[in-house]
Amino acid sequence: MQKILTTKDVIALAQLAHIKLSPSQIVQYQKELSEILKYMELLNDVDTRELLPTSQVTGLENVVREDEVQEQLVTPSQLLDGVPRSRDGFIQVKRML
Amino acid sequence: MAPSTEKGQWPLLSTLSQQVHEGRVKSVDLINRSLQAIRDLDPEYKVVIATCSRRALKRAKQIDSDIRNGRTVGLLAGVPFIAKDNILTLGAETTAASNILKGFNSPYQATVIEKLEAEGAICVAKANLDAFAHGSSTENSDFFTTKNPYDKTRVPGGSSGGSAAAVALKMVPFALGTDTGGSVRLPASFCGVVGYKPTYGLVSRSGIVAMASSTDVVGLLTSTVQDSASILDIISGPDKLDSTTISRDPKAYTDIKMNIKNKKIGVVKEYLGEGLDKQVKKTTKLNIEKLKNAGATIQEVSLPTLPLALAVYYVIVPAELSSNLSRYDGQRYGYSYKEAKSLDESYLESRSRGFGDEAKRRIMIGTHVLSSGYYDAYYKKAQTVRTLLINEFNSAFKKYDFLVGPTAPSVAFKIGQNINNPLAMYLMDIMTVSANLTGIPSISVPGGSVNGLPVGFQIMAPQHKDRDLLAMALSYQELRG
Repeated sequence: MQKILTTKDVIALAQLAHIKLSPSQIVQYQKELSEILKYMELLNDVDTRELLPTSQVTGLENVVREDEVQEQLVTPSQLLDGVPRSRDGFIQVKRML
Repeated sequence: MAPSTEKGQWPLLSTLSQQVHEGRVKSVDLINRSLQAIRDLDPEYKVVIATCSRRALKRAKQIDSDIRNGRTVGLLAGVPFIAKDNILTLGAETTAASNILKGFNSPYQATVIEKLEAEGAICVAKANLDAFAHGSSTENSDFFTTKNPYDKTRVPGGSSGGSAAAVALKMVPFALGTDTGGSVRLPASFCGVVGYKPTYGLVSRSGIVAMASSTDVVGLLTSTVQDSASILDIISGPDKLDSTTISRDPKAYTDIKMNIKNKKIGVVKEYLGEGLDKQVKKTTKLNIEKLKNAGATIQEVSLPTLPLALAVYYVIVPAELSSNLSRYDGQRYGYSYKEAKSLDESYLESRSRGFGDEAKRRIMIGTHVLSSGYYDAYYKKAQTVRTLLINEFNSAFKKYDFLVGPTAPSVAFKIGQNINNPLAMYLMDIMTVSANLTGIPSISVPGGSVNGLPVGFQIMAPQHKDRDLLAMALSYQELRG
């Protein structure tokens, strides 16, 4: 059966999603994702020319609030407690270059 | 029936809270009863990821002392419950059953937990789920698989499988779940309990580990419809922390008396067609017969787009979750790969080691359907077919007060049966996803059994008609006796 995704497609998708795959996972996902995407082809036959895509189901539009500081759910220091690496009140990350 | 599900029935929540208020039952005893049930049954059924025993007992003692001293206590004072582990709580880690959130202690609680605590309810444990609620069996949990209370070789359904099993095993009077595509109703059907998914936005999603934001709702697992109503009355309504919340019915959700005589009920034709287990079909038809005998007007109704709903769902949901799960990057919280030499390597290794197979599968599908060149063909197309589906439900609800059908295409399946076939697993959601895509409320009520395994009966109502839905479900529950 013609696969919808090539192994190259799977590698590119994994890269976009920041996920590393082993060679055997690439083969496995190529098969599984192709089957799933094939199932979605059911939608191709539906005539939707007269319709607009759904964006919200209960009819809410533009829910806004005043742009002011509200009561804080948590403090910055509580949030920093859960950070893998922090220094001087900042989140510390590995070098980018 | 598993012996453990026969004994230890909890009283109705309204009765239980009255007993606590009158000082006839101590909250500490209720909490200890729950914790003991967990200790007795959890080694066999693997329901719970963690208990919150210290915090729970402390709160129970406070409530008992408040009652002794004549202080006012809440509507659910001292009543234990279990929360699905994708709901943020204090007192225990919140892991979403995923390795990437293992060890995560939330600094705040979900709005639903805050509202329940304000009424005195006490969270005793966190229940197992498919990691990030991705699945229909709990087999996708990164930790362990929960066993079905009726047959330990079978799955409890998912993703709220731990919550459903906890209620079926009488560990607690009620449990919280989440329902993105059937994750409360499917396990309710498989475990023989009530599973209720409210109208989208009726219950705040603040503090719920996000899966698909346009379909996620907090749902309830209870032994009776009345208990679902009691809890909805407490947790529903607008929340400034979730801008998608809607206003609640001004009348109490517990006010659910209804005469089903002359109610118009549509039997969804597509749900009784191909792919439905013969015995489940027979059971469903018997249930419809009961409603008819009670005086309801029963007619078959066709929603031609329904067979496409699952395809719509499995485009939109992975799209949304791929975006929601991009926050797990190993930098701000959760698992972080310590040996990384660069930021890129840290992202890549933290996510690759932290996410399980199903999360990766869904993230990649979502990434594909949103990517340049495929967005129109998949995502936009799916959102447009979703409009068609909504239109069909709207016209059906012009003619019918309720729509009914089975909750799931079969009874609980064997552990391992579908694990190597993701598409077969997805197909378990075929009868439940439409309520999520359209935002309508839906409930699964125990509706008989096939070879000793429970079968759920699904009832759906228009958006905002949650009270009518609960009333209808209660009438049905009473008809079954």
